[in-house]
Amino acid sequence: MSFTITIDKRKVLVDEGCTLIDAAADNGVFIPNLCYTRGKPCLGTCRVCSVRVNGKVTAACTVPVQPGMVVDVNEPEVAEMRKLLVEALFSEGNHNCPSCEKSGRCELQAVAYEVEMTASPFPYRFPKREREDAADHIFLERDRCIFCQRCVEHVRDEETGQAIFAIHGRGTKARIEIDVGLANKLTPEQVHAAAELCPVGCILEKGVGFEDPMGSRKFDVKSLRRRMLEGETS
Amino acid sequence: MSRKLIIDPVTRIEGHGKVTIQLNKAKKVDWARLNVVEFRGYEKFVQGHPYWEAPMMLQRVCGICFVSHHLAGAKALDDMVGVGYGNGVQMLPAPEKMRRLGHYAQQLQSHVAAYFYLTAPEMLFGVDAPPDQRNVQGLIEADPELVRRVLRLRKWGQELITTVFGKRMHGIHSVPGGVNKNLSTVDRDRFLNGEGGLLSIDEVIEGAQEALKVFYGYHEAHRDWIDNFAVVPGLNLCLVNDQGNVDYFHGDLRVVDQNREVVEEFDYHDYLDHFEEATEEWSYMKFPYLKRLGREAGSARVGSLARVNVTRDYEAETPLAREALARFHDYNKGKASNATLHTNWARAIEILHSAEQIRNLLNDPDLQKEDLVVPHAETDWTGEGVGVVEAPRGTLLHHYRADQDGAMTFANLIVATTQNNQVINRTITSVAEEYLTDVDEITDGLMNHVEFGIRAYDPCLSCATHAVGQMPLIVTIQGADGGVLARRER
Ligand code: SF4
Ligand code: SF4
Repeated sequence: MSFTITIDKRKVLVDEGCTLIDAAADNGVFIPNLCYTRGKPCLGTCRVCSVRVNGKVTAACTVPVQPGMVVDVNEPEVAEMRKLLVEALFSEGNHNCPSCEKSGRCELQAVAYEVEMTASPFPYRFPKREREDAADHIFLERDRCIFCQRCVEHVRDEETGQAIFAIHGRGTKARIEIDVGLANKLTPEQVHAAAELCPVGCILEKGVGFEDPMGSRKFDVKSLRRRMLEGETS
Repeated sequence: MSRKLIIDPVTRIEGHGKVTIQLNKAKKVDWARLNVVEFRGYEKFVQGHPYWEAPMMLQRVCGICFVSHHLAGAKALDDMVGVGYGNGVQMLPAPEKMRRLGHYAQQLQSHVAAYFYLTAPEMLFGVDAPPDQRNVQGLIEADPELVRRVLRLRKWGQELITTVFGKRMHGIHSVPGGVNKNLSTVDRDRFLNGEGGLLSIDEVIEGAQEALKVFYGYHEAHRDWIDNFAVVPGLNLCLVNDQGNVDYFHGDLRVVDQNREVVEEFDYHDYLDHFEEATEEWSYMKFPYLKRLGREAGSARVGSLARVNVTRDYEAETPLAREALARFHDYNKGKASNATLHTNWARAIEILHSAEQIRNLLNDPDLQKEDLVVPHAETDWTGEGVGVVEAPRGTLLHHYRADQDGAMTFANLIVATTQNNQVINRTITSVAEEYLTDVDEITDGLMNHVEFGIRAYDPCLSCATHAVGQMPLIVTIQGADGGVLARRER
């Protein structure tokens, strides 16, 4: 069944059961996000897709559309709030885009451009995070982890369904961990898929990088916004 | 009484340093030196990070010759993954020539900037002209047409860098074992024919000849000064190919003496078997020298002057540069030139040499080949690599090690300004000896000549120390008792 909702003062037709973030994209309204992957269960960890629904701030990936819903996406105050969330992510990790292999393919970087971030207003934490490189084909550059949990939920051992990644600790002590034994069972294609799934340059394929020249990298060729609006997963 | 002179800042040196002139009891110059006291950090930052990102981080050490850092790092990575020169593997033609093309583009662009923006105003107006005239602004007023041509020349080099590396600055092109991109025929034609407001390659070569003309004119008028200013001894070091000709991208390291006789020649992977680095408490910059000869006799200069001193010849395919080189060798009677200001002559020759080399490469169909990376297997992994290239300012070395899991454990960079350290100090000492006329007053003449002598090396001091932060150049005259005698800032 279809019904109408209002997004940024415009009435749009949406399908029942659809998540707000997808419904918005289908109607040409881009909502930045980092943990959500279209077609996969919602994680709701990053909150970067926060919008105002019927006057209340909510993560757009967590709400199914309801008839008559009134949604503010690009209203300045809401947009500013999303920007602050993105800026905080940069302050919390150690991000050095110029030498990062993920640059040009990184969703955090792309979203930062989308929200027009220039520098973070928050003090940088410069956390000390040790790399984890014991797996045969995966290098975890923990400096860049944003704890989105995509890997935790969506990368599993095919045989047992066991999680391969986990987040240990809380708050500033949180740390992404990898089960090296299970990780070493992943095929090269699965390793590649895990690295692609990570929105940032934390899960890296060992020895792989910089294959696409500048100007031809994923988001050089087609922006994150366009990809999302065209229904791609990221 | 003893004295100490400080000049601050020497505004047109990339990066900053501090000069001390030490007097003895007789109030004569004992020695003078460039102290570099900035924080050294890049080699540390990179540790623990993935090896394949190392050159991308380390090229950030310099905003001018980042291409050379990128390529020295890339060559080290080739070795690490087991398909480098150090493993006896020859690069594929397309990636090797693409790397060379990018490197020549940078040399052209960097030399043009150093030569016309920094040195030419001094040559045209004289070193004693007021500082507000002998700069590029003064040049614009005196000869706007020349400046316009220079700007277009520089833009052309810049555009070629952008095309190869994807960005004007700190782009990314090399990957372990090769490159990620060849040159399209559209781009090739743009640079050959000069489409879209760019110069054509023929116009670039014409512009490059202009640099030499400016030098020849100046030399004619000031022969005595050019030939006799800060003539200081030093061996000469650069990469050479099998013919003993300079090779900016690859070859053996050759050291020649005053008679251009080979003193030592070796594979650059063995650099540390041949060179040792002395340290001084007053400078973070080390002093490399040939072990066999010791620091006094074994210090070598690098960069344009060293290269034209070392090289036997240039390729037949660069006839104009070859002619200019022959004129240089004849003028110096087949010997190595130790005249600091001949560096500017050498730089002008190299501008032309780069332009001709770029033309030859643009016409080479290998640049359109699609085999861009030498395949390598995990079993090829060596975990250690050394890359050396001839950066615009001279021989540049990157040495990396990573553990079995791919994390960097060690990086060492030996940059051109470090190689030149001893010879730069000799130059400053020579200038001080000649121009320190009055120990009670620091004259404009002394200030200007110290500046001019240092700038001949176009030293990149923040790069030489891999500095975080900046520091102005200060020159101090220090008395025999160690007290500061004079200080002057500008
Ligand atoms: S992960 Fe993304 S944001 Fe972080 S350094 Fe890499 S490119 Fe930049
Ligand atoms: S490793 Fe990547 S995918 Fe996993 S939680 Fe961190 S950022 Fe998310």
